[in-house]
Amino acid sequence: MHEPRSFRVFRVVVVAGLGLFTLVPLYVMVTSALKPLGDVQGDFRWWPTHPTLRPFVDIWSTVPLARYFINSLVVCLVATAFSVLIAIFAAYAVSRYRFRGRRAFIGTVLSTQMFPGILFLLPLFLIFVNIDKQLGFTFLYQTRVGLIVTYLTFSLPFSIWMLASYLDGIPRDLDEAAKVDGCRALGALFRVVLPAARPGVIAVAVYAFMTAWGELLFASQMTNDATKTLAIGLQNYSTQINVYWNQVMAASLVVSVPVVVGFLLLQKYLVAGLTAGAVK
Amino acid sequence: MRTIAHTTNPGGSDMKARLIGIVVVLLAVSATAACGGGGNSSSGSSASSKTLTYWASNQGTSLENDKAVLTPELAKFEKQTGVKVDLQVIGWPDLLNKILGATTSGQGPDVLNIGNTWAASLQATGAFMPYDAKALTAIGGQDKFVPTAFDTGGAPGMTPTSVPLYGLVYGLYYNKKMFADAGLQPPTTWQELVAAAVKLTDPAKKQYGMVLEGASYTESVHFAFIFGRQNGGQPFDAAGNPTFTSAGMVNGVKQYVDLLGKDKVVNPSNVQYKNGPESPGDFAKGKAAMLMSQMNADNTLQADGMKSSEYGVVAIPAPSPLPAGGKDIASFVAGINLSIFKNTKNQDAALKFVKFMTSPEEQAILDKPFTALPVVKGGTVNFTDNKAEAATFALVLATMSEPLPRIAAESAFETNVGAAVNGLLAQAATGKAVSTSDIKAALQQAQDKMAAAGL
Amino acid sequence: MPVTTTPTSRSAGTVPPVHRRRPDWNRRTPYLLILAAILLELLIHIVPMLAGIWMSFIKLNQFFIANWSKAPGAGLGNYKIAVDFSTPIGRALLHSFTVTCLYTLIVVGLSWLFGMSAAAVLQRGFRGRGGLRTMFLVPYSLPIYAGVITWSFMLQRDNGLVNHVLVSDLHLLDHPPFWLIGNNAFVSVAVVALWRSWPFAFLMIMAGMQSIPDEVYEAAATDGANVWKQLRYITLGALRPVNVVLLLMLFLWTFNDFNTPFVLFGPTPPDSADLMSIHIYDNSFVNWNFGLGAAMSVLLLLFLLVVTGAYLLIANRRSRRA
Repeated sequence: MHEPRSFRVFRVVVVAGLGLFTLVPLYVMVTSALKPLGDVQGDFRWWPTHPTLRPFVDIWSTVPLARYFINSLVVCLVATAFSVLIAIFAAYAVSRYRFRGRRAFIGTVLSTQMFPGILFLLPLFLIFVNIDKQLGFTFLYQTRVGLIVTYLTFSLPFSIWMLASYLDGIPRDLDEAAKVDGCRALGALFRVVLPAARPGVIAVAVYAFMTAWGELLFASQMTNDATKTLAIGLQNYSTQINVYWNQVMAASLVVSVPVVVGFLLLQKYLVAGLTAGAVK
Repeated sequence: MRTIAHTTNPGGSDMKARLIGIVVVLLAVSATAACGGGGNSSSGSSASSKTLTYWASNQGTSLENDKAVLTPELAKFEKQTGVKVDLQVIGWPDLLNKILGATTSGQGPDVLNIGNTWAASLQATGAFMPYDAKALTAIGGQDKFVPTAFDTGGAPGMTPTSVPLYGLVYGLYYNKKMFADAGLQPPTTWQELVAAAVKLTDPAKKQYGMVLEGASYTESVHFAFIFGRQNGGQPFDAAGNPTFTSAGMVNGVKQYVDLLGKDKVVNPSNVQYKNGPESPGDFAKGKAAMLMSQMNADNTLQADGMKSSEYGVVAIPAPSPLPAGGKDIASFVAGINLSIFKNTKNQDAALKFVKFMTSPEEQAILDKPFTALPVVKGGTVNFTDNKAEAATFALVLATMSEPLPRIAAESAFETNVGAAVNGLLAQAATGKAVSTSDIKAALQQAQDKMAAAGL
Repeated sequence: MPVTTTPTSRSAGTVPPVHRRRPDWNRRTPYLLILAAILLELLIHIVPMLAGIWMSFIKLNQFFIANWSKAPGAGLGNYKIAVDFSTPIGRALLHSFTVTCLYTLIVVGLSWLFGMSAAAVLQRGFRGRGGLRTMFLVPYSLPIYAGVITWSFMLQRDNGLVNHVLVSDLHLLDHPPFWLIGNNAFVSVAVVALWRSWPFAFLMIMAGMQSIPDEVYEAAATDGANVWKQLRYITLGALRPVNVVLLLMLFLWTFNDFNTPFVLFGPTPPDSADLMSIHIYDNSFVNWNFGLGAAMSVLLLLFLLVVTGAYLLIANRRSRRA
């Protein structure tokens, strides 16, 4: 392991610099969550003069945080699961098959990322309302299902393209060898190729989850009191009378804990894939 | 020779079992997602004539608090009329978007709160029920409303599509102790205001005469309007063409921007304030001697530890003598109005609800937690225990306020002029002087944007 | 890409029967695989986008929003307003466009650089690597609203941490400058966007690096290549497909980024930070002029299509040469 001194210095600089860049705002967030409201925008102090845990208590009553949290979890987990599954199928097709319309498919899927979201908000809303009218019951309008369908589609373009690129890097030998063993195409996909592409799948799953977790515009339009998600919930700490900054920070920290824990747990899957030594 | 499928995937059936397990879990969770979503809550105009869907705006300390305030009143209404009201409280960041969605799709509430500056624009969509003579009688008659508040219901000359619900106006808050210590009386003219502010400004002690919400385009356009009218200007002429560059409007904007630029009675940092509670916060902490705000600043001030006895309120003064064509107004008529969706299936119930909410009893009950003025004549002003303050605000609403331009392009007016004034304030804050020609140029640009957009 | 199978990977003498069975299945398979994706994309993305494009050709404002079919046609009218650079609207659009281009290039470039550096130094396992990796991902895991608000606190002129450190502690500047108004606003919005964006690049590059087998590095090391050479020739080369996707997507997302400037500045940002997404929002939702907003969006779409097409052409040509 040749590690010249220059690289070791580089490592220290990068870790320290990016570490500071990452952590200083986090520090401000934590200290703001521990301050009484008046102090949050007051004179600058490195450490709060009157630290209090009150905001962490108040966040649950000012806004029905628990309900929004559960809504967000359900919507994001389900959307992620389906999104990753559909993306895997599509990425496999794009990577392994040269079918007619492949270029058009990729191009269209890519072009959806070039349109600002605000412009197709209203048309999408109209589509949902009309579908519900045809169905005769509330299926998409202001429901979690509507949000799930929307979010899972939002993360599809990047997921498909990224996974396809990732799969491109996995040698076809793997597929062929699996087929020798009697696997059909899908069997080859799930038994052999996917385990080798696990880091890519994890990364794409994280992306899909986080995209849904933080989405604000469509959530504000497509939900009601029962189905509101966290992103809107956080906004609702800003009221007509006051903006409860300390509660915004406290709530953000609280809802991010499971996400960060999830990241920590996923670390062990983000290790070298099984391509090494697979084709021997 | 052993092939790959076995070496890299020793637990073939294990994998299948895991897959099945995952699918089962997914289906279970999806089922939770599907039900309990929109089934029981408002999905637009309900078919039953016994239920109304009502979208309330956030007027109190939080959305949950608003719900707690309104729910007993709605229960009262149900007891009186047998009509159940399904309440949704919507925060301000989302309200206009949701109204837009409802207008576009035809799927929305029966009754809703709107900011009264949106009244003319929403009227132009044609999606809201006009309050014709019959409807007005059903809600108790036009005469019961304070005329200035009623005027905000729609464009002049057209049947209004909204009626006032809560009244709000601006006042000039002053710190009693700081004024007393300096031997000053609350100002009755603009010149007195500036003089008092200058006397009370001491940058070394981080104390300023006035505090402004300098990055809020809504605050900026409100004051551009108020001071423009004081100086004889009109943002739009009778034909509806923008006249932002008239002398009156330019002088009005100058009056406002000069507070920071020429008079230097405002902390330049104020141009970063845009969320609402920053300026009352500064006033409460004694960093500023005066504050121009709507009366719901009371809640913020008290939340920040200032007692009601420590501040007084007078009407925002006008320059004396009043410039040619000027009007001695101290505020624009701010507030919340009630609209009914045109395609509601429960028009009678909706009208009953509007009558209920605008009755003097309900006004008295709701004005206190929502810190608002009653919009009905002879209503009790009880949002504060401070009698002098209550009297001032009531007087301003009744006699010293005008509605913002009641035109369909009102929001474009707000963004363009508000952004222009914000830019001028930022220019002043960074130390560059703001001249009359600067102001005229900025307002000309705002005016051209209105024209070019074909509004 | 031709499929190469080394003869030694097959049992001698056995012919794989799979390819002879069900040839139709093989031809239909790709279409079946992409079916779900196509249906969803049509419903959620394509049809609404087409509606949005149609909106740009009609005069859709508050008068017709309740009944789109009654809106009078505007032909190319909305487009003419948008690109007429002699009027304030056209000039503002052009200005917004240049600001957004600059902003996107800086944010994407630095995000990639930071992500690459962090992934490179954390490639070799050591105790605490998982913790460091998670720490770097924290900005990405925090809600956007809270993160951007925190930065707006830090960037306040009088009470913000940034000025406190720069002026009072490090004495780099004499007077605290404004970060949220004037020309510095551009720097502020770029830094805030970078804070959220580089962890994402880090995540994707890190995942991509996992597929490079250790043997390749070891072989290079025995050949005498040091870490820097390995990075340059092995890692970057192997990451090519990932980087192509990542850079393009980051570019598109940053160009269209709405939340960061909106939470930082509201709907009326200072001129130096007037990004396209806010610009279009102002001209549609805020001013009720959806036809004009849609026209601006379509122009943006055309520009991004051209950029993407050129980018992919260059990327594919390079990979064919490599």
